[in-house]
Amino acid sequence: MDLRYSESEQQFRKELREWLAETLPTLPPKPDPDDWPARRDYDTGWQRRLFDAGYAGINWPREFGGRGATLTEQLIFLEETTRAGAPYVGVNFVGLLHAGPTLMAEATDEQKATHLPRILRGEEVWCQGFSEPGAGSDLASLSCKAVRDGDEYVISGQKIWTSFAQVADYCELLVRTDPYAPKHKGITWLIFPMNTPGVEIRPLRTIVGSSEFSEVFFDEARVPVSNRVGAENEGWRIAMVTFSFERGTAFISDLVETDKMIGELVALARKVTRRSATAWDDVALRREVGHLQAEMDALWAMTKRNLAQAERNGVPGVGGSVVKLYYSELLQRLTDVAMRVLDRAGLAREDVGDLPSGAFVEERLRSTSFTIAAGTSQIQRNIIAERILGLPKDR
Amino acid sequence: MDFELTEDQQALQEGMRNFCTGRFPMNVVRGLADVGGIDRDRWRELADMGTFALALPEAEGGAGLGVADAVLVFEELGRALVPGPVVWTHLSSGFVAGAATGDVVVGGMERTDPSQVVEFVDRLDLVLVLDDEGAWTVPATELLQGASPLTPLDPLTPVARLDVEVPQGNRVLDGEGAARLRLLGAALVAAQLLGIAEATIDLAVAYAKQRVQFDRPIGSFQALKHLMADMVARTEVARGAVYAAGVTLDDPAVGDAERAVAAAKLTAGEAALANAKTCIQVHGGMGYTWEVDAHLYFKRAYALEPCFGSRDAWAERMAELLDASV
Repeated sequence: MDLRYSESEQQFRKELREWLAETLPTLPPKPDPDDWPARRDYDTGWQRRLFDAGYAGINWPREFGGRGATLTEQLIFLEETTRAGAPYVGVNFVGLLHAGPTLMAEATDEQKATHLPRILRGEEVWCQGFSEPGAGSDLASLSCKAVRDGDEYVISGQKIWTSFAQVADYCELLVRTDPYAPKHKGITWLIFPMNTPGVEIRPLRTIVGSSEFSEVFFDEARVPVSNRVGAENEGWRIAMVTFSFERGTAFISDLVETDKMIGELVALARKVTRRSATAWDDVALRREVGHLQAEMDALWAMTKRNLAQAERNGVPGVGGSVVKLYYSELLQRLTDVAMRVLDRAGLAREDVGDLPSGAFVEERLRSTSFTIAAGTSQIQRNIIAERILGLPKDR
Repeated sequence: MDFELTEDQQALQEGMRNFCTGRFPMNVVRGLADVGGIDRDRWRELADMGTFALALPEAEGGAGLGVADAVLVFEELGRALVPGPVVWTHLSSGFVAGAATGDVVVGGMERTDPSQVVEFVDRLDLVLVLDDEGAWTVPATELLQGASPLTPLDPLTPVARLDVEVPQGNRVLDGEGAARLRLLGAALVAAQLLGIAEATIDLAVAYAKQRVQFDRPIGSFQALKHLMADMVARTEVARGAVYAAGVTLDDPAVGDAERAVAAAKLTAGEAALANAKTCIQVHGGMGYTWEVDAHLYFKRAYALEPCFGSRDAWAERMAELLDASV
């Protein structure tokens, strides 16, 4: 067991740090969160900067224009960019982390040549059309249908929880092509251009008040059969490729953010007055925050073990489910502690007085989604119980 | 960076696990309650496995291994509920003659421990006493005279209360040495607690697969699955911290050793206690019997948790460390 970074890993970190220190001050101001065209420009502009500096597609193999970084370098990249407050992957998320890797594994050479370079350069934005109102945790029961009509599929149905749909060029779309087959065997994976006639996008308003998710309605929208990835009715297997691609690096940015937030919570508690002392002088609070930090450090160590295992075995362990389950609940406990520290300053969404309260309130609201998105905590527990412990299925 | 066991470490882990399964099966462990937790012959077998000499240089009969290796060994001792002052004897092997070979059994305590409760005292040769000035050895017989036996929480961890002041003893380490010893001790106890957390998963899962109610194995019910999934989550997170503590104690360049130990001791303690409790719950009424082993893990977890700093103590220490870094 070795936790030392190698010379080349240290060099990688140093160069990245220097580049970030040089580049971040030259970025334009962050756009208004509800101004989607501006957000697209901002996020894709950042992606283009990464591309020009050789940091785009840090986890993509070299043959597809990526950096082909080791998992440890990916960890360093995510750690450094998050700590430095660099822009989040944002609207490029689906293209870089889901659709792109799926295309690499399963698409035709022509499909790859069309999309991969453009995703990498920030010229093409993707969204994900997987979940439906009737297919959430039970994704395979999806019913948005595609009927073959000559060289085209005719698509009708509805998707939900589609992030960044309002600014996406393409959608990785799962459709039902065989309603009679068992549910996992009648699904097809399509490259769906979002400018196709017959598509309507209705943004959803989240409990944070934000609008990154949409419902997408398809009314006899037509796409060429050549937009299919893989064989007809092979879509479930292809979608699963995406889920296993990330090899344990998926939640690293979130972990680093959470770690940062513990430090910010300490700083906040020092500013909050309680009777004649500060909140941070309260032993009960100190214990609670110390406890959270211990768990956070443990999770970080576990992440490094997951990476080492993925590097050795070529596939991610089930550790990903454990990290996801644990950290999402940890973050919620952390933001709840923050709300208790804020007390009545937590009643407003803005900073109150000289307290940096707004960000904590926002995070308290936002963190409720972390135990739901990308597989609820309950689904993660089922996965752990059935795949790690071999407990019998209850169906 | 490659935070996974080397081949040698895997072999060490496997060797210790096989040894414990063979020489310390649960019926033997239970039987050790009759001899105050320590059978001298088996203690020497532990020594022959390198349990106490692990970290000594090869010239002194040790294996020259690090803390990262030692935590793997103590994880197995914890899993098998091997009783006795294994951590204290291991910690002493560098300066107490005979500890490494298993001829001298060394226990230990904090001089200012307000409870004045000491474990295994009538089975010990020597007691290592820690205070601010350093570490001191006191012959067990000197403590025994003023010790009244108590009824132990863990039947395999006999305890007594000292009614006399702890003799000064012979100084074997200075204050700094004692502080280092406390960190090592905390990391090794954390490893034992990790082992307990793992063993309780195996016990609970085996029962849940075999016990039938409502015409189905109870392990198919989500209410129970989720309890056991949480056992896994706590254990794997603690494992990361315990192994990281071992590596960090060996190589200070990778981080703050005290912070790494804080994370390890706290998360492993939590995992052991919560898992042992869950293990009883999964067993239902049977979990409440003396006959089923579940209570032995539960009691050992509570017996080990306060050793070298409780969860609360380490949480407060972590807050102090945060103070310095934020």
